[in-house]
Order: sequence, then structure tokens, then C-alpha cells
Amino acid sequence: MSASARDLGAFRIKDAGRHTPARTARFTFDGKTYTAMEGDTVASALLAHGVHLVGRSFKYHRPRGILSAGPEEPNALLDVSRDAGRRQPNVRATVQEVFDGVRIASQNRWPSLKHDVGAFNDLLSPFFAAGFYYKTFMWPKEAWHKLYEPFIRRAAGLGEAPKEEDPDHYTSRYAHCDVLIAGAGVAGLTAALSAAATGVSVFLVDEQPEVGGALHFDAGTTIDGQNGYEWAQAAVARLKAMPNVTVLTRTTVFGYYNHGFLGLVERVTDHLARPGRDLPRERLWQVRAKRVVLATGSIERHMVFANNDRPGIMLASAARTFLNHHGVAVGRQVGVYTAHDSAYEAAFDLKRAGVSIAAIVDCRSHPGDAVLAEARALGIDVLTGHSVINTSGRLRVSSMTVARNGGSNARKIAVDALIVSAGWTPSVHLFSQSRGKLRFDEQNQRFLPDIYAQDCVSVGACNGTDDLSDLIDEAIAAGGGTLALTGENSFEWTGGMIGAAEGAGPDTVVKAFVDFQHDVTAKDIRLAVREGMHSIEHIKRFTTNGMASDQGKLSNMHGLAIAAEMLGRPIPKVGLTTFRAPYTPVTYGTLVGHSRGDLFDPARKTPMHALEAAEGAEFEDVGNWKRAWYFPKRGEDMHAAVNRECRTVRDVAGVFDASTLGKIEVVGPDAAQFLNLLYTNAWDTLKPGKCRYGIMTREDGFVYDDGVVGRLAEDRFHVTTTTGGAPRVLHHMEDYLQTEFPHLKVWLTSTTEQWAVIAVQGPKAREIIQPFVEGIDISNEAFPHMSVAECTVMGVPSRLFRMSFTGELGFEVNVPADYGPAVWKAIWERAESMGACLYGTETMHVLRAEKGYIIVGQDTDGTVTPDDAALGWAVSKKKTDYVGIRGLKRPDLVRDGRKQLVGLLTKSPDVVLEEGGQIVADPNQPKPMTMLGHVTSAYWSENCGRSIALALVAGGRSLVGKTLYVPLKDQTIEVEVTDMVFFDKEGGRIHG
Amino acid sequence: MRKYSIFAIAREAMRAHKGWEAQWNSPEPRSSYDVIIIGAGGHGLGAAYYLAKEHGITNVAVIEKGWLGGGNTGRNTTIIRSNYLYEESMDIYEHSLKLWEGLSQELNYNVMYSPRGVMMLSHNVHDQQSFKRHINAHRLYGIDNEWLTPEQAKAYCPPLDISKTARYPINGATLQRRGGTARHDAVAWGYARAASDRGVHVIQNSEVTGIRRGPNGEVQGVETTRGFIGAKKIGVSAAGHSSVVMEMAGVRVPLHSTPLQALVSEPLKPIFPCVVMSNTVHAYISQSDKGELVIGAGTDQYNSYSQTGGLQIITHTLDAICELFPIFRRVKMMRQWGGITDNTPDRSPIQGVTPVPGLFVNCGWGTGGFKATPGSANLFAHLIARGEPHRLASGLTLDRFRTGRLIDEAAAAAVAH
Ligand SMILES: Cc1cc2nc3c(=O)[nH]c(=O)nc-3n(C[C@H](O)[C@H](O)[C@H](O)COP(=O)(O)OP(=O)(O)OC[C@H]3O[C@@H](n4cnc5c(N)ncnc54)[C@H](O)[C@@H]3O)c2cc1C
Repeated sequence: MSASARDLGAFRIKDAGRHTPARTARFTFDGKTYTAMEGDTVASALLAHGVHLVGRSFKYHRPRGILSAGPEEPNALLDVSRDAGRRQPNVRATVQEVFDGVRIASQNRWPSLKHDVGAFNDLLSPFFAAGFYYKTFMWPKEAWHKLYEPFIRRAAGLGEAPKEEDPDHYTSRYAHCDVLIAGAGVAGLTAALSAAATGVSVFLVDEQPEVGGALHFDAGTTIDGQNGYEWAQAAVARLKAMPNVTVLTRTTVFGYYNHGFLGLVERVTDHLARPGRDLPRERLWQVRAKRVVLATGSIERHMVFANNDRPGIMLASAARTFLNHHGVAVGRQVGVYTAHDSAYEAAFDLKRAGVSIAAIVDCRSHPGDAVLAEARALGIDVLTGHSVINTSGRLRVSSMTVARNGGSNARKIAVDALIVSAGWTPSVHLFSQSRGKLRFDEQNQRFLPDIYAQDCVSVGACNGTDDLSDLIDEAIAAGGGTLALTGENSFEWTGGMIGAAEGAGPDTVVKAFVDFQHDVTAKDIRLAVREGMHSIEHIKRFTTNGMASDQGKLSNMHGLAIAAEMLGRPIPKVGLTTFRAPYTPVTYGTLVGHSRGDLFDPARKTPMHALEAAEGAEFEDVGNWKRAWYFPKRGEDMHAAVNRECRTVRDVAGVFDASTLGKIEVVGPDAAQFLNLLYTNAWDTLKPGKCRYGIMTREDGFVYDDGVVGRLAEDRFHVTTTTGGAPRVLHHMEDYLQTEFPHLKVWLTSTTEQWAVIAVQGPKAREIIQPFVEGIDISNEAFPHMSVAECTVMGVPSRLFRMSFTGELGFEVNVPADYGPAVWKAIWERAESMGACLYGTETMHVLRAEKGYIIVGQDTDGTVTPDDAALGWAVSKKKTDYVGIRGLKRPDLVRDGRKQLVGLLTKSPDVVLEEGGQIVADPNQPKPMTMLGHVTSAYWSENCGRSIALALVAGGRSLVGKTLYVPLKDQTIEVEVTDMVFFDKEGGRIHG
Repeated sequence: MRKYSIFAIAREAMRAHKGWEAQWNSPEPRSSYDVIIIGAGGHGLGAAYYLAKEHGITNVAVIEKGWLGGGNTGRNTTIIRSNYLYEESMDIYEHSLKLWEGLSQELNYNVMYSPRGVMMLSHNVHDQQSFKRHINAHRLYGIDNEWLTPEQAKAYCPPLDISKTARYPINGATLQRRGGTARHDAVAWGYARAASDRGVHVIQNSEVTGIRRGPNGEVQGVETTRGFIGAKKIGVSAAGHSSVVMEMAGVRVPLHSTPLQALVSEPLKPIFPCVVMSNTVHAYISQSDKGELVIGAGTDQYNSYSQTGGLQIITHTLDAICELFPIFRRVKMMRQWGGITDNTPDRSPIQGVTPVPGLFVNCGWGTGGFKATPGSANLFAHLIARGEPHRLASGLTLDRFRTGRLIDEAAAAAVAH
């Protein structure tokens, strides 16, 4: 697309800037279409068209323009969208690059940017002093939440959150390097060249689209005799060609964590008109660097004076960037207000480009001779010892009021832009994040890196090194190599001022903004001090200075100086607030990367999952597992399916997938001794070929896990755990093995996923598996209840357990996971032909409850001892040591009246209790009621023909036969306390 | 103390707010006090306030190593609720919630207690059993908490994804409508102002480095970076550093200190009306009045006093948030930070007497003590004044770790079979 010079904006300066005139892009701002040049930021493109007003401030809704040309921008936050799903609020106009078709909208205004009702707040601003909301909105009591708060919430906030799910994807990478260099200005590039030459691996990272840093605007610098910016491009080309160097642009180092660990975010597509579908929008880099070189430069500060926030007022360096890099003049009649030499350079560049300079107002009496001479030569008025004490212009600055310091001789000078500079703040954010300590440079009124906490070095402007030759030497040294490089620059970076300027000092009532985005003025900071906020952290929180999305990059130093003056204390005594990550805001999606949907937390599925799904199984989440819950036949609801399954298992048999149970192989000469220490019961008496149910307690004596353990050989145990408990039981065991019992020769291996486990339970269980089992006799005599053997099943090496969690004759066939489906299929085919069923976890729960078998985590909750759970028999009285033995002796664990697990039968057999229902002796007592315990398990038992329940009840075993009550939301249920076994009380079936 | 009101603001607006006085004093310490409280967090400042107000003990100093409210009080995600499981917990958290309801008026300081509702998501059968157990207990105890279907939950909190295809679908939720949030700084400041007004000294930038004990082992005062200050009684309320301070008196407390991190987004227009917590995926979220989404993570897995937590904790938390609220994926994290939490083995606090005469302790609030601030402070004052615990805090003794009478709120979220 080509466009005439006019289309590109009335403020484009011919032959200025670095963009290619032929490459243009069209975009809209608040519905109006504009043409930009490729390489423009939204800010430069709007300024080219003379658009300064881009937003409204947070609190007073004051008209705001573009203040900076970089990531420190507090004002120009816009809503940027590619399409409905790809909309992003609060985007800095100074960072977002224009691409063809991008839609930009202003925020926090209604009905329009020019006519914003919220601006009414500005009139009320005398009431809205810092922290005013702590002092009012308290009456009547309910009104805060019902009335005031909703109102405040609507007024606050900036952009509109996205309403649709983000269609983009994000990715992440990990990397290691010898040196990571943050910032690719002169210092960073030089350090990179130096380091790269030594052959070490180098990461060079810069947040801008092109390297160069301050060279973007600083037209006066030459390096190796070459224009600075051009040198930078040549240097990076050389670096990119080296195999040991990775150059990442449009990439922000947002966090510097412990041990050389850095978080980087690379913006991949946000500048592209038609990004490839396979490209991620952003990429998170997590880099571990042996050494970090911080070359993050410095940030120019604004001047704090009355009405310093009108659109058209901006940083001098920003005006230079717009001119020298983008070819855009920020006005035609530009005023300059400075406390520092560097702003003169901006005036000179503008003047040379044909912009008239209304005047340079310098609050100092004695600026540098060199700049004065050049101003004179260019015919620019310089007013030294003067200040800008006010401005006017509703939607854009139209004049500045200038006066001699002290206030005399005030006059208005017409301007259409006012560029300001109070000097430069070294960018020490990352240094601070790394836990380094700063010192205050009294002479230049700035904080500089002092004591390093990590292997890291700061070079260049962020280290306060102002002289270009010194800077180059410092950067070469930081890179660890040698390099011959010389540089020359044309002005001094030191000096300037912090704090309120002339006319905005104590005892003034003007609005001199310190923090633009949060509308914090100098007088707000003074008010905070007056109210007793003497710590800078209190001042920050009371005024919210520095807490906006720019995180105080411009405001912190000013705020500090104003507070220090008010407190009558030197700045270092007032202290600095903590710099918190991230350096600039980071998209959640980027931090999430691929951890979405199935990859958020991968679901674990058993080898037979697909076969179960094919049989119509419904699944439930248990920990990370998907477990078959029940197998409804056509027309059956859950209730009907479970009833059928329950009946069939007891009448014929059922096949159940028990693969999710945790399995740990405990091997070694001391394996039995180890288990003796980890479980409450004894293991040395267990013979190979036998199993035993075991309980594990924590040090405090409470039940931690349970499961059946099979002894395969003298030195080998097959331990099973609960499904949810598998990982923590392994950790628990490892922990004890490594810290408490390191003398034991034992090895632990998780085998949960190695075995597929097919449980066959019911009177016909033996008959079902008989034909498949090879090599052992599984008759009741040869292979009684609680036996284990290694054998083959359909030729597959297996471990066969005779055990039961249903109270029926039962087997659990363990085969290597890959063989699971085949064996399952064969067993199920035969079982089905014999009238058996498949059953899921729900039926398993009911059947075990009928037998009074507990589920750790459901019938126990971490406050239950083995005895409470009626498992006292499983605690060895003979052992002298095991984990929990001491805990179990504590007074409260042996007192009378502890909650004990008992059975409950509802007076009306049809009523099923609610799990979690609370139990009381007297349902009519006043609240708060005395609760005796709660229902832990409750089911309809098809086999008992009535409902059954288990419950933890205080003194439960002594209450058997008594009537208690379970008051639910809309009814109170009468129950009788019983023992825990509801079916086959004699327990004969298990030995069938 | 000059009263805060809309009229006071109007008056001050007319004279450029020149008439406001300091909210709290910054005095030189006296040589001794009746009571010294170590730690000017909400709990410590509040206890000083109630000592003065309810027990007439005004010769009190609160000693703070940094700036008041700069500990976990000023770092937390401000979730307030009282729907804990055990009676000991319900007693103190509900006592606290009742105090929250009138705290702004009590202190004449708007602490912005906002009962916008705390919703806890249930993702599986086990969650549901556990939540029902809570709800039933609450009903019988007189605490509000109700069960919501997924649809009701979505109606209350529209950004929620209740689709069945989510990795952890939601099968219901509990809602405590009186739960919500408050402005953390205002709580510390409001108590500091009100305590100061009653003669309490708030002494900042003074670290307690030792506890001096007399011939019978009783406390005599504290060594600080500003010298020795005498005290008849000492209350320790130092959150993440409580074990360090207690060690100074030779008392070992069963605490481990771990970083807990939080983060906020850029300010957005109102999008999130309540507080949502999911224990299963470890995510806690609400939106502040300024418009930031306030998100809390789980604790870092190691013991540490470094407030810089690991990035992986943050990413994991955001994984969970974006899974529950996919529309937030384009939102940006503006700030992250951490605080040091003091965790007990049963995840319930310790408030009570100690083996050292004159030394009282209030700690172990871990990741959840902001909500308890008024209640805990109120009962801690009672303990210090009377020398024995109030009925509502009588179960929170240090002794329970010896007897085994634990209040295992962690177990209340036991892992599924
Ligand atoms: C990230 C995060 C999120 C949280 N979210 C919630 C939540 O949503 N809801 C909730 O209820 N709770 C939450 N909490 C917990 C809650 O913040 C704390 O339990 C509570 O604020 C503790 O208050 P406090 O007054 O006891 O402690 P603090 O506010 O930490 O005060 C203790 C004070 O003691 C001082 N101190 C320590 N040592 C010394 C010494 N030697 N000398 C002098 N002074 C000393 C410290 O400087 C500190 O100011 C969260 C905590 C964190 C870190």
C-alpha cells in the first residue's frame, strides 16, 4: 500500500526517522482510520496525525496524552484488538507496534474520550484527597458494600477485561547460558561483543523491536566513528551470526529470581498483521544464567509542576525518539522545561527539523556552557532560573505560564507541546529483584547498585556510568573479553532534580502530578506525611504512588524526594520501596503456556480405560485418575446401575479395574524390618506367599494410609496403597528411609503404573479365572484368603492375590500394564458368559460399606486413630517401635469419648443419609449445637434391602443401640447406632 | 482523636487538608511498660487496642522491626470467612467475622469489609462429601454457608467455567455470603490509630533481639535495636518470625515458616463479583476495589525466610486460574510478592500461655490469619489481661501438640481414596 505524505500525518517530518515511506499500515483509533508507517508504535502514529489526547486518568478522569516513548508509559494505555477474541486492555501505546488492520480504542471514558462524564470527579477533587475513602462511606453500616463500593468499583479499574476465551496459544522454553545480558543499548551490545568473543554462550535480550536503547533518540552519539544507531545494528548483525549467541528482541526480562534464574517474555506476533497460525502469541523463556550483566539503562523523569499532565506534555527524550526514530514532530511550537542539559538536545534536534521552540525554561541558573552556546547559535530563547508554574489547554496543552524562580514576572507563552526533563533515573529494578542492595548517590540524587546478592554486574546508565568511554570500558570488562572500541557522546546525563518543582512546593494547592496513572499529586504525598505516614511504604500505600501498572518507573524518585523534604530527613533515611517482579506486566497466558486443558494436569488413565469406556462406563475423578464409576445399561440411571452391579457381584461375580491403587515394591534384606517401622502391625511374621492388611500412621498417631501388602519372598514385598495416597506414601517411606532409618538396606520403587490390576469378586470368581491361571493351584485349600503367588495368566507373568474388598471370594490379577487389556478382555468375556458384571467405584464403595471396611480419607480424616476406626486389632502391642507409636500414647489419643467409627441405621429403612450430615443427641437444642460426629459413608444397600451408613461418633461404640439424630437442611433423620458390619456378619463368604 | 466523617472531609477540603493530624504517634519508648506486644501486624495492633479499650490497660507498647502493617497483614489476599470445620475454629473465626461486621464503625476507619461472598468450588465426590460435612456443621452451629449447584455458582460468579469438559469440572460449590474481603492496610492503620488514641505506643523500626528473663524465669522486658525496654507481660505476635522470637525466651514452638505468594493483575473494570477458592486446583481469586484481580498461590514447598518465592509457584497458580476462568488468559500480571507464613502441624493457630511466666503467644495463623485479625486480637488481649484464655480461644493452646488434641483443619481437606 502506498500513501501520500499527507496520509501519513501532518506531523511527519520529511527525511527524518528510520522508517521506509513505502511501507504503510492502516489502523483505527476510536473508530477513525489513520495511516501509519511500518515500524511506528501506536503512539508515534497518532502523534504523526497530531493526536495527543488518548486516555483518561484513573481517579479524576483527566485528559491524558502520551508521556514517554517506551515501556515506562503511565498514561497512554489503550485497548488493542485484532478481532473480538484477540482484544487486550491496558496496552501501552508506546510499546504496541502498528500493524495493518489493528483496532485501537481509548479506555476509562464515557460516553467519549473528549466528553467524559467521569471528569466530574476532577471538580470534586478537593474531596478526593489521598486516602479519603478510609475516612468516610461508613454510614449506614451496610451501605459500604451495597452502595459505595459498587460505585467506586465501577469508577475505578482501567480497561475492560476480555470477555471471550483467548484463541491464541502461548509457548515456553527453558535455556541455560553462561552470560545473560539484559538490555541491548551501547552497554549491553558492548558487553555481548566482549563476552561472545570468548566463546561462552550468550543471551542478549532487549524489549524493543530493534537494539540500540538510548541510541534510538540520541542522535549525537558516535561509536567507532559511526552513527551510534547504525553501529548498534551492525554490531547485532555480527552477534547474530555467532553460534554461541542468542539475540532476543521484543523480549522483556521481567523477573530476576534466586540462583541466576530469570523469567523472559518474548512477544512473537503482536506486531504482525497476519501472523502464521502456528506461531505462539508470546513465548515464556525461563533461563538459568551463570552470570547476568544488567545493562538496563536509565529512564527520564518528568518535572513535577502545576497541571503537568495535559496532553502534549511529554518527556524530552520521548520527543527525540518520535523525531529521530519515527520522523514525527510532537508539535509546531514546542516549549521545553528542564532541570537538566539533555533536554536541550531535544530542542536542538526539533529546531533543526524545522519545529519552532517557544523557549527553553531551565530552573537552574547555570546550565552547561556548551548547551547555552548551541541554543544561542540556533536562535532559541533560554530562560534560566525560570520555571513553568502552570499550563492551560483542556484537551491539549495550549500555553505554559513561565515565571522567574520565586514567582515574579509570570507570563503565558503559547505552545502546542511541552517537553520536560528532570533528569535520569538508573533502571535498577532487576538488580533490586535479585536482592542486591542499593546506595544513594548524593551528588546526583539517585540510587545505584552497591552490594550484589548474585553473580551479576551492572554496566552503563543503570550503574550510573555516564561517560561513554568509561561505559564502554566497563561493559567490555563485564563481558570478560577484550575489545577495541571508542565512543563519543554530546551531552551529560548527570544532574537534574527530584521532587516538586517551583510553584508546586509545600503550602501550594496546585495539582502537580507525581504518579500520572493513579493521579497522585505532590500534595497527596505531603498529606500522607502529615497524617503520620513516615515510612515510604506507608506513603506508597496511602497515596498509591508507584502502584499503577507502570510500577512507579517515573514517580518513585519524585515521591521519595517530596516525602523526604516534608519529613525533614535525608532521602536514604526515608528509604526506597521494594521493586517487585514483573518489570512490566506479563500476560497470564504466557505464564501458563501449554498447561491448559488436558495438559493442565494430565489425567491418568488405566490400561483398560478405553475398554471400559466402550462398555459405557461413567468415570469419576479420583486424585489425578479417571476411574470407572459405574456401568449403566441402556435406560439405567446411576442408582439402578449400582443396584444391579451390587446384586450381581454378590450373586454371581463382578470384574473391577483396581489398577489405580498405589503399588510400591519394597525390596532388600531389611524390607520386613522397614515395614515393621512404617506400619502399625507386624510384618516379620508374615510368610512369603501371604498377604496382610496394614495400617500406616503418621508420627502423630493418626491413620495415614492403608492397604494390603503381599510378601513374595523373604526380601520382597508388594505394597498397595490407596489411590490418592500413592505418591505421598512413597515420599513418606523415602523420607523415613533416608532420614530416620538410613542403616536399613531397602529399596523402594513405585510400580503403580507397571501393573494392570483386574479384580474378580463374587461366588463365581474362582471359576471365572481358573482356566486362565497357569502354574499354581488356586483351590481354597492351596490358595486360601490372603494368599499371593507369582504365576502366569494366559502366558503372561502375573502376580495373583486372593483378597477381597467386597467380602466375597475374590482375586486380584496383576499383569504387566501392556497386557492388561488383553487379559481383561478374556476374563470379562468369560465372566459375562457366566452372568457376572462389570462394576465401578460406586459399587465397590457400597459393597465394602456393607462389610464395614473403611476408606481412608472418607471414613477417616487425619484425626482418626486406628482404634477410632475399629482397627485396633491391626496395631501391634508387641512392637517396640514404629512411626506413630509415641503419638498414639498421647493423653488425648487414649482418652474416653473419642470419636469412633460405628454403623448407623436410619429408623425408616428407605431414607439414605447425607454424607457429611452431623449427628446430635438432641435435635431440639439451641444453636450452637453440640455435635457428636458426622456421617462418613451412606448408601442404599440393595443387598440389605435398606440404607446403611458409617459414622464417626463420640463414644460411638458405647452408644450401640441408642437413638441419635441427623438434622439436615429440611428434615431431621432418626438413626440407631449399630456395629459396622451389615452383611454376612459371620464373614463366611470370603472363604468360599 | 479527631473523628473521621464526610463533614470532616468537607471541612478539610476547604482548607487544602491542612488540618488532618497524624493517625498514630511515633513516640520515644518509655523505660518500661505493663505490656509489650512484639509485632505490629493487625493481630498485635488490635490486641493493644483491645487491651486499652476493654481491659483498661493503656501502658502498652507495640514493637515493630519494620513499618507497622508491613508483614503478612499488608501482603495477604484478604479473604475473610468463618466456615471452618471444627468447633474451636468456628468459635474464633465467627467471633472475628462478627467483629468485622462493625469494625469500620468501631475504629472510625473504613476498613472496607466487603461481604461479597466466598465461594469454594467442589470438583469431585470427595470435595462434595467434605463440603456437605462443613455445611451441616455450620447450620447447626449458626454459621451461614450453603450449597450451590454448578448453575447457581455460575449465576453468582459469571466468569466461572462450568462445562463438563473442563479438566476439573465443577460439581457444585459452597457459598458463605457473609464472607468477603477487606482493605488490609486500613485494618493495621485503623487499629494503630485507635490504639494510639488510647495511649498505646507504636514503636516502629525497632527489632526485638532478645527477651530478658528474671530469676524465676519470668519475663522482664525485651532487648531491641533501640535498647532494653522493660515489660511485666509480653505478647508475641510475630507471624512468620514467631518461632525466632519465641526462641529468644527459650520456647520452641511447632511452626515451620514458608513463603506464600500472591499476585495482582492490571486494574480492570468490574468483572469478578465475589471471592472464589478452589482447594483442589490451588487457586484463590477476587477483584479489588481498584480493579486488580487478586490471586493467591499455594505455599512454596520449602522452609525459608526469603520473601522471593519461586516463579514456578506463580505459573502453577495461573495455570489453575486460567483453567477455571479461561477468559482471563489475556489479562496481565502486574505485581507479585510473597510473605512468610507460620504453619502449625494441624494448620490451626496457637494462642495461649507459654511455659515462661508473663509470656503469651499468638501465632501459627499461617496462610489464613487475616480473617481472624479482629477476633484473634480481641481474645489475645483477654489472654494477656487475665492470664488465661477466653472461652472462645481455649482450644488453641500450645499444649495441644503434647496432648494430641489437635484441630486438624488440614485434615478436613483430606485426600481422596
Ligand atoms: C500472600 C499471602 C496471602 C494471604 N492470604 C490470606 C487470606 O486471603 N486470608 C487470610 O485470612 N489470611 C491470609 N494470609 C495470612 C495472613 O496474612 C496472616 O495470617 C495475618 O495477616 C497475620 O497477621 P499478624 O498480625 O499476625 O502478622 P504480621 O502482619 O506478619 O505481623 C507480624 C509483625 O511482626 C513483626 N516482627 C517479626 N519479628 C519481629 C521482631 N523480632 N521484632 C519486632 N517485630 C517483629 C513483623 O515485622 C510483622 O510486622 C495470607 C498471607 C500471605 C503471605
